[in-house]
Amino acid sequence: MKALLILLLPLGLFAADDSFLLRGATVHTMNGTEIENGSVLVRGGKIAGVGKNLAAPKDTKVIDGKGLHVYPGMIDAATEVGLVEVNSLRETNDTTEIGRFNPQLVALTAVNPSSEHIPVTRANGITTVATMPQGPLISGQVSLIHLDGWTTEEMGVSRTAALHLRMPFVQVGGRGGPEREPPGSGASSPDTFTGARQTFEKQMAELNEFFESARRYKQAKEAHAAEFKVDLKLEAMIPVLDQKEPILVTAIREREIRDALAFADKQKVKIILCEAPEAYKVTKEIKAHNVPVILGPTLELPLDEDDPYDRTYTTPADLQKAGVRFAIGTFAGTANLSSRNLPYQAAQAVAFGLPHDEALRAITKNAAEIWGIGDRLGTIEEGKWADLMVTDGDPLEAKTQVRLLFIKGKPVDLDNRQKQLYEKYRNRP
Amino acid sequence: MKVLLLLAALGNGAVFGADAPVLIQNATILTVTNGTVKGSILLENGKIAAIGERVAAPAGSTIVDGSGKYVMPGIIDCHSHIMVDAINEGSVSVSSMVQMSDVLDPEDIAIYRALAGGVTTANILHGSANPIGGQTLVMKMRWGRNAEEMKLEGAMPGIKFALGENPKRRGNGPGNPGALRYPATRMGVEDVIREAFTEAKAYKAKWDDYKAKTARGEPALPPARDLKLEPLVEVLEGKRLVHAHCYRQDEILMLLRVADEFGFKIRTLQHALEAYKVAPEILAHGAGVSTFADWWAYKIEAEDAIPYNAAILTRKGVVVSLNSDDPELIRHLDKEAAKTLKYGGLSETEALSLITINPAKQLMIDKRVGSLEVGKDADVLLYDGHPLSNLSKVLKVWIDGHEYFDRDQDIEGRPKKEAEKKALEKKAAGARGGETE
Repeated sequence: MKALLILLLPLGLFAADDSFLLRGATVHTMNGTEIENGSVLVRGGKIAGVGKNLAAPKDTKVIDGKGLHVYPGMIDAATEVGLVEVNSLRETNDTTEIGRFNPQLVALTAVNPSSEHIPVTRANGITTVATMPQGPLISGQVSLIHLDGWTTEEMGVSRTAALHLRMPFVQVGGRGGPEREPPGSGASSPDTFTGARQTFEKQMAELNEFFESARRYKQAKEAHAAEFKVDLKLEAMIPVLDQKEPILVTAIREREIRDALAFADKQKVKIILCEAPEAYKVTKEIKAHNVPVILGPTLELPLDEDDPYDRTYTTPADLQKAGVRFAIGTFAGTANLSSRNLPYQAAQAVAFGLPHDEALRAITKNAAEIWGIGDRLGTIEEGKWADLMVTDGDPLEAKTQVRLLFIKGKPVDLDNRQKQLYEKYRNRP
Repeated sequence: MKVLLLLAALGNGAVFGADAPVLIQNATILTVTNGTVKGSILLENGKIAAIGERVAAPAGSTIVDGSGKYVMPGIIDCHSHIMVDAINEGSVSVSSMVQMSDVLDPEDIAIYRALAGGVTTANILHGSANPIGGQTLVMKMRWGRNAEEMKLEGAMPGIKFALGENPKRRGNGPGNPGALRYPATRMGVEDVIREAFTEAKAYKAKWDDYKAKTARGEPALPPARDLKLEPLVEVLEGKRLVHAHCYRQDEILMLLRVADEFGFKIRTLQHALEAYKVAPEILAHGAGVSTFADWWAYKIEAEDAIPYNAAILTRKGVVVSLNSDDPELIRHLDKEAAKTLKYGGLSETEALSLITINPAKQLMIDKRVGSLEVGKDADVLLYDGHPLSNLSKVLKVWIDGHEYFDRDQDIEGRPKKEAEKKALEKKAAGARGGETE
């Protein structure tokens, strides 16, 4: 009953005006300060003030936050939320297009604003996600979305946040290859190492040639060459060549990570390493390149049988100690099912050595900065969008409940179909 | 690789023979069945010998300082497929003649990883390809021992059933791609089970008749043995537990109906993501439910899955456990249990019960394991914080009073294993003529 009242509260309270003062709560700003008995003033969808004793301007609604905690809304730095409804049903899956060079494709185009994954995910305090296409080589553009909005346009934070590239890798058929194959790769792998190596080299050559042709295209366009013809694939590459848009590079094994860094040097492009479970082997080089990493889930099996049992648990702490910038994402496969468990991925890293505040930053501030929206999101600071999560405790603990959630200052409905089924069937006679 | 694993196994102190008594002092002891004790717990001769505020250390005891730490019973996973070389005999609809005990792999690294996550006992199941699957067994995670020594002595054997989408997929046996195999619908799944038990009843009648005749001293020929039907007769006689993979409420009720009709019991409904819709019917039959904390949406029969399943069923009196069905999830069943504090507001004891005493009850091994009680097996976990906190982890694991996992030792042993691996790699490269690829 209590839960119901809390769910209904915001909708009634905020019918007319969107400005409010949340006071008396512990404000975890994520920029280094924690304000006990603090207040957050929200006006016009943005944070208008943060402090200890803010007064409510005239006619501004006041929310009592006594005993509660305020955090920035959490950001899942890599997932498929919105693109997949039921994993086993192809009809409901829009992650993977045909072809190996698809920079012209944009994830946001396929986000279903009515997906049940949106209310389920945000009910646990996640307000923004990077949703990504999948496939071999260049699968399309990653989009950043708010988990609220009447339309995809309203949800969009950034349509083209990064190009997604699955780094080519040497894969021998059957045993011995990397455990996770690129989804949708289709063709079976060669049987011998030599064959696999040739395939890899061919793919690297194709990839480099694609970038070279994009560069020639850009020159022809800028020179207003007579023979210039618009090509949508190559057109989509221009912001990447201009270093205005990064490439999110999925690289699993150490060799793939090294290849990705070398590729970025050669093509003079900005990259973000993606998933990178062996990033801990390459921290010096990653740091020297000033490349950020979006790590995959900690609650994942180690890649190799003889890895330490806690290999995936300690990687965030290893990166933090080495000074590598990183965020955490929940990723592909079953990620759409578990995006709501993002805070527990971060928590597992804390159990195995990552400082608590660093874990929270990996799913708020760092994620926003790596995705280039640090000026708008990721911390509770004046002038930023009011994406706020109000909880009754530490969000890294599963027992903690999210009490209120705001996206751009607007209260977000925390109800979803799962809660409705709960209410219906717990009351079955 | 195998060599390395063996070295890892030996490195973890699988010394057979009697262990010195272990006394864990000054700890917060979560007994699960008898509240919380601040004090000590004594493990002696493989059993829990004492629990109390003060417990005297017998001579030669190993003392473990539990200050600021937590102790709980070993975790029991009621649905796992680790430590086996094969899971599905999917070429037939009824594969009750095959046994998981024939394909055990005691060197599966998943055992050690599960152990490091606090799992001490697991129900090793056949897969879900067939309406009636293979024979199952209960194993303890005695890492370093052979498969025979890992079996939980005296545990009731089981059999896997499966309903819904998985058995509907046709003929997934190797070398048999695309072949049609009955059944292809939920109607057919029910029929396969009904046909099998009709046969089993007739088979049982033949044997009963034969036994009655020989008991009376009349001449009689024994019926031909049928290895497919024998385990089903054991089900009819209550000597073998049925663990039934299912999702939707309609198929759950179908199975309970068929079981009632033939006069046997479904011991556990596995997954049963819609069990919350039919809690009264499940309770009436007496089945337990072994489910996931929050899995959903991976297939259409999981569409109505809710993370409140365990809580609703618990509130309505059904014995519920949380299982892994997965070598990754098995590593953090404690954190899965913690989710029920959020989803449905279970108490800490109720949440811990989902991974300890409840699965023990479902497997009918609760006299031996599942809680910290004097006389029970010394299957004990030591944590650096509350087990239901996402910020805490397992430090030590004892099974039968023997220490099978120690985090500090694990970490200390890593440089040695790394050096051994390097040496082996060098040797292998030398054998190939100096290649290092």
